Amino acid sequence: MSQYSWPEESQRKYIGKSVSRVDGPVKVTGRAKYTQDFNKKGLLYGKLVTCPHAHARVVSVDVSAAEKMPGVKALKVVQGPGKEIHWAGDEVVALAAVSEQVAEDAARAIAIQYEVLPHVVVDETEPPKDIKVASGPVTAEDIEDMFGNQVPLEEIAKALAERGVSTKFTESQLKEYKGYGVPDSIISAMRDAPVREAAAGSKSPYKRTATQQEGDPDAAFQQAATVSEGLYGMPLIAHCCLESHGAVSEWTDPGNLLVRISTQNVSGIAAQMAEPLKVPASSIRVEQQHIGGGFGSKFGPDSWGILSAELSKLAGGAPVKLMLDRRTEQQAAGARPSAYARVRIACDRQGNVTAWDSSSWATGGPTGGGMPPLPYVFKVPAQRKVHTAVLTNTGPARAWRAPNHPQACLITMAALDDAAAKLGMDPLEFFQKNIQLTGPRAKLYAEELNIAAELIGWKQNWHPRTRLTQGHIKRGLGLSLHTWGGRGHESHCDLTIHPDGAVDIKMGTQDLGTGTRTAVLMVAADSLGIPMQQINLYIGDSRYPMSGGSGGSTTIGGVSASTRRAAVDARDQLLAKVAPALKSEPANLEIVDGVVRVKGSTAGGLSWKQACAKIGAMPITVRGNNPDKTKLPDLTNSGVGGVQMADVSVDTETGIVKINKMVAVQDVGLVINEKTAASQVYGALIMGITYSLFEEKVMDPVTGRMLNPNMEFYRLAGLADTGELVVRFMRGPEQDKRGVIGLGEPPVVSPGAAISNAVANAIGVRVPSLPLTPDRVLAALDQPTANATTAGGAL
Amino acid sequence: MSDEDRKHPDGMSRRDFMKLGGLTVAVPMVVGPTVVQVAGEDVQVFGPGKAPVTLMVNGKKLTAELEPRVTLLDALRDHFDLTGAKRVCDRGTCGACTVLLDGKPVYACSMLAIDAQGRQITTVEALGEPGKLHPVQQAFIDNDAQQCGFCTPGFVVATAAFVSKHPNPTDDQIRRGLSGNLCRCGTYAGVRAAVKQAAGKRA
Repeated sequence: MSQYSWPEESQRKYIGKSVSRVDGPVKVTGRAKYTQDFNKKGLLYGKLVTCPHAHARVVSVDVSAAEKMPGVKALKVVQGPGKEIHWAGDEVVALAAVSEQVAEDAARAIAIQYEVLPHVVVDETEPPKDIKVASGPVTAEDIEDMFGNQVPLEEIAKALAERGVSTKFTESQLKEYKGYGVPDSIISAMRDAPVREAAAGSKSPYKRTATQQEGDPDAAFQQAATVSEGLYGMPLIAHCCLESHGAVSEWTDPGNLLVRISTQNVSGIAAQMAEPLKVPASSIRVEQQHIGGGFGSKFGPDSWGILSAELSKLAGGAPVKLMLDRRTEQQAAGARPSAYARVRIACDRQGNVTAWDSSSWATGGPTGGGMPPLPYVFKVPAQRKVHTAVLTNTGPARAWRAPNHPQACLITMAALDDAAAKLGMDPLEFFQKNIQLTGPRAKLYAEELNIAAELIGWKQNWHPRTRLTQGHIKRGLGLSLHTWGGRGHESHCDLTIHPDGAVDIKMGTQDLGTGTRTAVLMVAADSLGIPMQQINLYIGDSRYPMSGGSGGSTTIGGVSASTRRAAVDARDQLLAKVAPALKSEPANLEIVDGVVRVKGSTAGGLSWKQACAKIGAMPITVRGNNPDKTKLPDLTNSGVGGVQMADVSVDTETGIVKINKMVAVQDVGLVINEKTAASQVYGALIMGITYSLFEEKVMDPVTGRMLNPNMEFYRLAGLADTGELVVRFMRGPEQDKRGVIGLGEPPVVSPGAAISNAVANAIGVRVPSLPLTPDRVLAALDQPTANATTAGGAL
Repeated sequence: MSDEDRKHPDGMSRRDFMKLGGLTVAVPMVVGPTVVQVAGEDVQVFGPGKAPVTLMVNGKKLTAELEPRVTLLDALRDHFDLTGAKRVCDRGTCGACTVLLDGKPVYACSMLAIDAQGRQITTVEALGEPGKLHPVQQAFIDNDAQQCGFCTPGFVVATAAFVSKHPNPTDDQIRRGLSGNLCRCGTYAGVRAAVKQAAGKRA
């Protein structure tokens, strides 16, 4: 019986070690080809004409001059007269021409008239207290949203009975809902709901208020020894991928499409393009070897990928490169929802947290922002939560590395930090005191807090908010903790051992720069007992076995598990063929450093090449799967913790925040490649510093436009902005036996909270909202309460 | 110091710029350069049609018919298929398009191809190749100073120029000298270590 479990540490040549990424040489020499880099002969350049208004209706589109321009090969009006547009940067016309210059001239020759409509773009304004709960008829979307926001069933039923529905649900629709798991009480409420007409013009940007309660928060607040109050939040930010969204599409013949696309989801794109293009998914081949950043924003083909294929079709199949320009990328190709909350926390005399009360709101485009999971990590015994989604004309939100977690983390950890300050307690002591509220990982968090405290010098450098550093440069420390899932996704691969000893693996995954290629090769090499340089890995093609999209930190668990199973099966098949030649049983053989031999013997083995010659004429090909219940153990797992601490200096005269040092202590189960794993955490700290200090989509409330759709005013941290960074993994047999867990998201969750808490510690007052720009810092210092140890009041 | 002495790295002085700004002569729409008198001096005017452009790239003479508005970056990428330099911000902020012009790093997105004629242009492709890497490229690999790799070619070129100018850089010099390149994945920790290794000071 094959042993699929991860090899013991003594059996590992690669797994758990530090290995340089295998695609390093092509990247550092500029030879790695990204979507943007495809320049096939006959290439046409796609260009979009986008709407400059945040909310408008198209009145007329005149493309006559552009169509006649020499060199314009395809043109499509995407949104014609009458279409309502909900965000600036949404495309109205797409065209393709022989050069970028001709495409630009053609775009400029297109005349579009709009009727400008009222917009909402500002996200930090607190929704009015007396929001009228929606009173019009309930739509199917409303019901889905209510489920998404965990609205209690009785409230959903009540809404259906009181507000009615605009058209009666059919029995087949109801059956479908039942299939999704909608309970009978709601199905009958949907069936019985009266039909009402929707009132015109009653649209409010405030929607879908969720109310949740656990325990008895009112009693808890009454009995509290102290109650801390504060307002916390972070604005809408962009993904700002360095390689913009886009694709190069060509019809290799009238029925077959080749799409080179910048994507996190090679195996999932064809199915999403098939319907809009009206071709079978099997006729669409998707390819990508390298991607210039995704961070959650590149899972679908997007309208741009589909348009590149449509323009190619119009141009007789010629390849069309349609990559967003920087302005459109910043405006429309990705946004992390904002989230703000007013929080009250009750504590008893000993500093135990007894109750949580939050009123949160979030924006993020036409459907509003998601509800952050509050309170984060700490399960406070008594809670009340009210959430309002604010619908804005800022472009659709997309998953942004650890969706909803950085928001929830900042709101919770900052509120807890302020509660500690109000109690006059050291937050490290306060968090440790309440660590049991984190549940099953409490012991691990406690250990990580101690390690991080040691690394940042908490004991030596922390001071209460009432005793600030002398002079105008104030120094402070802050901490935060976080969690994430990260179980491996569905992944399949084919591993082939050829009779000449060549080995190849085919897998429809992608390497986002996380080191996926390197990790797969390390696992395969350790499982086969040969050097990783001997294995050829083919990824980034939809013709290879399906492997899941790279989101939610699910890739490493998925690809390593499917590779391990394939390699173990292939090795065992090889050993079965070789056993007679070595006069032994397959179970008694092993492969070490490319030599097939009887276990423990040091002589008389066969080289890998000699062994493979015994296979016969045809290669061995096996399929590895994840998950695979027939080939246990699980190999991957879910659920990590992690603690971060920040050491900052704040200049109270200029308001400038400087990061002196950040420490990340992270548990992540079995680490495959120490080097690229560390890079993930370093990168997350830096991305975290960036969103903490600099990033925001600055929206002009008057014109509705984004004022910084570029990279000089949409700032990313540079090399000088990051301070000293320390990364420490929890390692050892305890972690190894958990299996492989994803790492991409967890370390990016805490920086906002850790840095915000450090700034509060430095200057004695909370800066309520990220980013911690000089104006916000100075405004917080100007608050009348600035000398007290309370949270800030206004944003 | 006179204006003439205060040349930009790209060779244009304030006075050159003023000359172009003072252009008042009507320009006929013809291919190839026209010479017009501006402020009493001859100035060549190209475009708006295509003009022959010759560039010295990586030691090779490359020619193409280009509209004068084509940037050096787009000429390299779209006409000579040298796609190592990337287009990211497209307006001189992020450094992903960095190439060497007579040995000095410049943002190729912010220079016109016709203005780069007669200069020695070096792109990342010429610094080294897989199997024969430049020490800076090796240092980027050893220190994992890359993730998605999109900013990496620009960083490598900027670092190569930096270490040749500062063989023993201080931390502060590294911070200042390499602040003209931006990374979204957050590879600066690796870049700092790579710079030190490449400069002969093991991190």
